[in-house]
Amino acid sequence: MSRTGETAPGVTARPAGAGGAARVPRPAGPAGRNPAWLVTSLVLSVLGAYFFVYYVPQNYAPSRVDLFTEALFVGLAATGLNILTGFNGQVSIGHGAFFGLGAYVTALMMDDRAYVEFAGREWGLGDGVPFLATLPVVAVVCLVVGALIGFPALRVKGLYLALVTLGLAVLFPDLTKRFVRGTGGTNLVGLRGADLAPPDWYDWFPDVIADPLDDYVGARDQWAYYVALVLVGLLLLAVHLIARSRFGRALIAVRDHEAAAETVGIDLARVKVSAFALSAAYAGLAGSLSVLVARQANAGRVETFQLSIEFLVALVVGGTATVFGPMIGGFLVVFFRDWIDQQQRLEDLFDSSARAKLLSPAIFGIGLIVMMFFLPDGIVGGSRRAWRRVTRRRSHPIT
Amino acid sequence: MDLFVSQLMNGIERGVIYASLALALVLIFKTTGILNFAQGEMALFSTYVTWWLTEQGLAVWLAIVTSVVLSFLGGAAIERVVMRPVEQSSPLVIVIVTIGLFLAFNSLAQVVFGVEAEVIPRAYPNERWDVAGVNLKMDTVVLVGILALECVLLWLLLQRTKVGLALRAVASNPESSRLAGVSVGSMLMLGWGLAAALGALAGSLVVPITTALNPASMQEILVFAFAAAALGGFDSPLGAVVGGLVVGVANALTIQYVDALDGIELLVPFGLILAVLLFRPAGLFGKVHVERV
Amino acid sequence: MSADVPLLRVAELSAGYGPVQVLHGIDFTVEPGEVVVILGANGAGKTTTLRAVSGMIPARGTVEFEGRSLLGTRPEKVARAGIAHVPQGRGTLAELTVEENLRLGAFARRDAQVASDVERWYEVFPRLGERRDQQAGSMSGGEQQMLAIARALMSRPKLVLLDEPSLGLAPIVTQELFRVLGELNRETGLSMLVVEQNAGLALGIATRGYVLEAGTIAVTGSAADLATNDDVRKAYLGI
Repeated sequence: MSRTGETAPGVTARPAGAGGAARVPRPAGPAGRNPAWLVTSLVLSVLGAYFFVYYVPQNYAPSRVDLFTEALFVGLAATGLNILTGFNGQVSIGHGAFFGLGAYVTALMMDDRAYVEFAGREWGLGDGVPFLATLPVVAVVCLVVGALIGFPALRVKGLYLALVTLGLAVLFPDLTKRFVRGTGGTNLVGLRGADLAPPDWYDWFPDVIADPLDDYVGARDQWAYYVALVLVGLLLLAVHLIARSRFGRALIAVRDHEAAAETVGIDLARVKVSAFALSAAYAGLAGSLSVLVARQANAGRVETFQLSIEFLVALVVGGTATVFGPMIGGFLVVFFRDWIDQQQRLEDLFDSSARAKLLSPAIFGIGLIVMMFFLPDGIVGGSRRAWRRVTRRRSHPIT
Repeated sequence: MDLFVSQLMNGIERGVIYASLALALVLIFKTTGILNFAQGEMALFSTYVTWWLTEQGLAVWLAIVTSVVLSFLGGAAIERVVMRPVEQSSPLVIVIVTIGLFLAFNSLAQVVFGVEAEVIPRAYPNERWDVAGVNLKMDTVVLVGILALECVLLWLLLQRTKVGLALRAVASNPESSRLAGVSVGSMLMLGWGLAAALGALAGSLVVPITTALNPASMQEILVFAFAAAALGGFDSPLGAVVGGLVVGVANALTIQYVDALDGIELLVPFGLILAVLLFRPAGLFGKVHVERV
Repeated sequence: MSADVPLLRVAELSAGYGPVQVLHGIDFTVEPGEVVVILGANGAGKTTTLRAVSGMIPARGTVEFEGRSLLGTRPEKVARAGIAHVPQGRGTLAELTVEENLRLGAFARRDAQVASDVERWYEVFPRLGERRDQQAGSMSGGEQQMLAIARALMSRPKLVLLDEPSLGLAPIVTQELFRVLGELNRETGLSMLVVEQNAGLALGIATRGYVLEAGTIAVTGSAADLATNDDVRKAYLGI
């Protein structure tokens, strides 16, 4: 029967006439309960765990470990953006602002010199608070700010919302310049090495994992990396659970058809504002982590905008509305940027390293466009489609 | 009082600049329903082309005209090659693609033309007159004149020609336009081409006045242009002009008189954008859709 | 009537949307001066047929207009060849004025008689003349349907495709509409291909008709035959 020849993956053509037998729906999930899939994923998880938990921090130079930490927090911010943009369909090009907010709250709490000047008073936000203790504060602050910004988003949609969020990215650095008094009166809040040293209890861990504390440099980058790894693990698990929950289904329903979602009793305002708040909290926590690597909080217009775009790039490259896509995207973005920046040949070609470095945004830009043409659902989405095609061809047609 | 008037003139000059770019945004929105986040960087690239042409010894006016023509072709090509495949896609895809263009144009401009700030020669003498106690700059006069000319030409094109009718028809209902024999694709290319040309003209005239040409030249202008377009209504060329002037003057007066907003003056345009989108999404001059079914 | 070549000849036409095939090889013709009606229930493929003819969706088979193949031709080219398609839902250009809608209809023409044609259709449809400067989207459904037909006629077509012109209109408006269509055909010899669910009115002005069922032609015949055919009467005339 030639008329089902064009059937796209995922779409079951209606059986034609009385001759077509009824089809049994396939089990849900990428590959159902395929044993080969189980074994493959088990092996991959073990190898992955070994690589990320042991190999990276113990074998790489501190600068490279920092790069992994950076990939983790860029991926984390992209994961947060995914809750809003991927699952809920609200596009933000201003998440660099929430990231910056997290970084500033953490840095201001840890540093004893910097303060916020507001309403004629100086607000210190704390002196020498340990890093981990700043995280709950950052989460709460970003949840609240995210929710507040989410309210206007109830009425502003699509491209217009993107425009408004662009305002966040542009305004946030100006706000810090106006109100934050950091090093030398600028909006840069720099931290001293001692502020960033791991806590004493870090020494209790066996030396196999944690280098002894007196090896300060080694300990700092490993400490930052492990903190990022644990936090990312927990927050990825949370996304995984959210995606399967009632709330997750509500997010998707609102994205796909707002009016229809409302008629089945979904509270639009609650869902959309919660998505904004949650996603801001993720981005804020990512910003906190960045302080461990950058040893400062600092916001410039260009940097904040670029970060916002980087999160978006990581999200779409990895795959929107997938659990691991944005994290994979974060790694690709960070390592690709690093790779381009180190290409000696480009520097020779342009006679200057400054010019050669400029090429990475150009390649990002063109890569993004090409990606939208050929792989709009990202690497994870695309490979999932490919996998489905392979397994479908292999498995006997169910009749 | 003198200070007020001079700030007012200053605001008008800035407003005219914002209006020129807002016109480009409106043209694209009207024909394709897209907010083009790359509009400023496209204008930046065109301005670099103008600068490069003057460096090759071309007279300034000639360089501007050449750059405008090249930008028209470039804009049309971008529509055909880059935007056409995704025009019907979700807002996310459109944001990504226009941001992709933004990044590409911004960094290509620097890679191709260098990272140093460049000075573009002026196309006309830098004179000032004293008119009834008001300091009137040649810049303001030229910019206002060019903007007025742009508006008249655009109005004639849209309202008095067959092509203009087809452009508006495509914006209103592409399918019906196609059934009437209009090549929708050509109209979309025309819309993008015109927008790019307007941007090129705006950039080439504005940059010599405000700053030396550098990679960030157009970014703040784009923000204000978006505010202008939002205020006037994204589908209204007239609204873009009025919006531009309002935003320009409001901003100049804010900088002068509102100390509370020192250093965060950009709250004004974004506040405007948000307020308009929240309370009157069609803008001041945009058409509220009246349609009976 | 020209000797042997029909105005529109459709053979073995198959079309659909993505993986869903709607038309399974249908054949029909429209001779010059004829009004041909295609009847059928919702989802039978009536609209798809018109969309396939005017190039709005990809199709397989044969579509010949005045002996030349139209298959794979883009809609704007089909329009220029002399086929005017009045889409379902009228396709009003809502933000344009009534007069601009009409002038757009003449977009493909190169002659200087556009203005006089506009006046001519204002005479046929006086309501449009009264509202010439009004935004088209603000008119009633019936007025918009008149506008859609007038816009199609502005291209001076050889064949008009009408997709459910009665949809959403009050019965009295529908009757008036078909009266005008019948008159047009009698006075100017304009050929029409009408897709309708209101079989009674459509057969009243038609020369011949086809009944479409699940993407295939089930019954063909002259309008008079169809109007007396028992199956057709039961299914489409409610008798």
